Amino acid sequence: MYDKTVRRRRAVLGLLVVSSLILLTVYFGESRGGALHSVQRGLLAVVSPIQEGASRALKPVTNLFGWVGDTVSAKGDLKDTRRERDAWRRQAIRNEAAVAENAQLRGLLGLDQSPKDLTPYRPVTARVNGQSPTLWYARIFIDKGTNDGIRDGMPVLGSDGTDEGTGLIGKVETAGSGFSVVTLITDASVEVTAINVQNTTSGVVAPKAGNPRDLILKYTSKDDKVAKGDTIVTAGTTSSRPDLDSPYPPDLPIGRVTRVDEPGSEAQQVHLKPFVDLRHVQFVQVLTKKVDHNRR
Amino acid sequence: MARISPKLLLRVALLGVLVVLLQISAVSQIYVFGTTADLTPLVVAAVGLLCGSMSGAVFGFAVGLFLDTALVQTMGLSSLVLTIVGYGAGRLRELRDPQAAIVPVLVGAVATAVWTVGFGLLNFLLGVDTPVSFLLLRQILSTIVLNALIALPVFALVRRWLGPFLPDDPRRRRRRAYTTGGLSPLSRA
Repeated sequence: MYDKTVRRRRAVLGLLVVSSLILLTVYFGESRGGALHSVQRGLLAVVSPIQEGASRALKPVTNLFGWVGDTVSAKGDLKDTRRERDAWRRQAIRNEAAVAENAQLRGLLGLDQSPKDLTPYRPVTARVNGQSPTLWYARIFIDKGTNDGIRDGMPVLGSDGTDEGTGLIGKVETAGSGFSVVTLITDASVEVTAINVQNTTSGVVAPKAGNPRDLILKYTSKDDKVAKGDTIVTAGTTSSRPDLDSPYPPDLPIGRVTRVDEPGSEAQQVHLKPFVDLRHVQFVQVLTKKVDHNRR
Repeated sequence: MARISPKLLLRVALLGVLVVLLQISAVSQIYVFGTTADLTPLVVAAVGLLCGSMSGAVFGFAVGLFLDTALVQTMGLSSLVLTIVGYGAGRLRELRDPQAAIVPVLVGAVATAVWTVGFGLLNFLLGVDTPVSFLLLRQILSTIVLNALIALPVFALVRRWLGPFLPDDPRRRRRRAYTTGGLSPLSRA
């Protein structure tokens, strides 16, 4: 009797482990239109409304905990904030001069399609109603989908409510009829071609696992001048081939350079702090239309 | 293994769905000291401790599968790790039958450690091509500490939810031994 119980227990464990491994293998091997991916989409369509309801119902609880946490951390942040304010004041004075100069240059070049005006990209505003709990898969769930014109691969902008906290946060991974799953720029699967606003140095922005406030600008060369405080934005489409369109329009803000490791060498690594604190995003905008193939 | 009643099965299934939805919709958005709690390993470990290794493993597998599906992750990843968490917690009950009040805290901490580290290792094995920040280690440790802190109430809630339908609760069995004429350990001396 005892032997039978032990054998059965081991058989069940073995079966479950083997099933998991088979699922892993099949999922990894199949395309996005495969059977397991379809099952995921189907279940998401069922779960999404429940999840949205739960998110709304539990919002007061989430806000309460958020308020407590913010109050505790606010005291510590005050000193840093004062220092930052002084730095920003100096920066603002410099920016005023730059804005005036920029307006003149835009007028001269006929660049009146300012990327800050996102209307041509038909932005759709959506509410965040869920978040991935793991440190590896950075995903959020939003309450708009294909019914609102959202499709897979569309860029997503967000704001964390701070003055500078607006910018690119990711792209649509899967869109259902009334929901979408957004993969954030902190997910290992997302890479964005980007340029340095100060001198048009280009590279690819990729995440660093485990730290949502640190991104890496890869593929810069030793001759590229990148300095702390430089602003990194999306590069848009750089190729003339129609099949190599970038999903991201040009000049969407991504982050600011915080430090450069081994500057001036081939191994230089540029670290950015994203403009948006991805842990505090409640509303997002999905850009549902490409303008001029997202070229600059 | 004790026979599981349909009512218990229903309650366990409901618990699995609820915990995943609660985790995604609310708990993942509440940051305490820069990290979030993760209810899934705690609840899987609690079910393992209460129902045994086979039930724990099956529950872990099902919750992992649901989690992978709901989060559009690689399917089978969470299932594999949570199956081990549930099985391990169940084996602890079957081999040691621990009764100390601290047990849920320790089991919760170990379950969270296995879950976070195991999930990370599997990701590396699957070829996540990204540099790893030291902050990841701090995040993992913070999550373990936070989960250990909430393990006791989570375990109590799971036991309250499943308690009336559990086939064999060790605590109940021990209490019954004293009230039905069995010798108290004190009287043996």
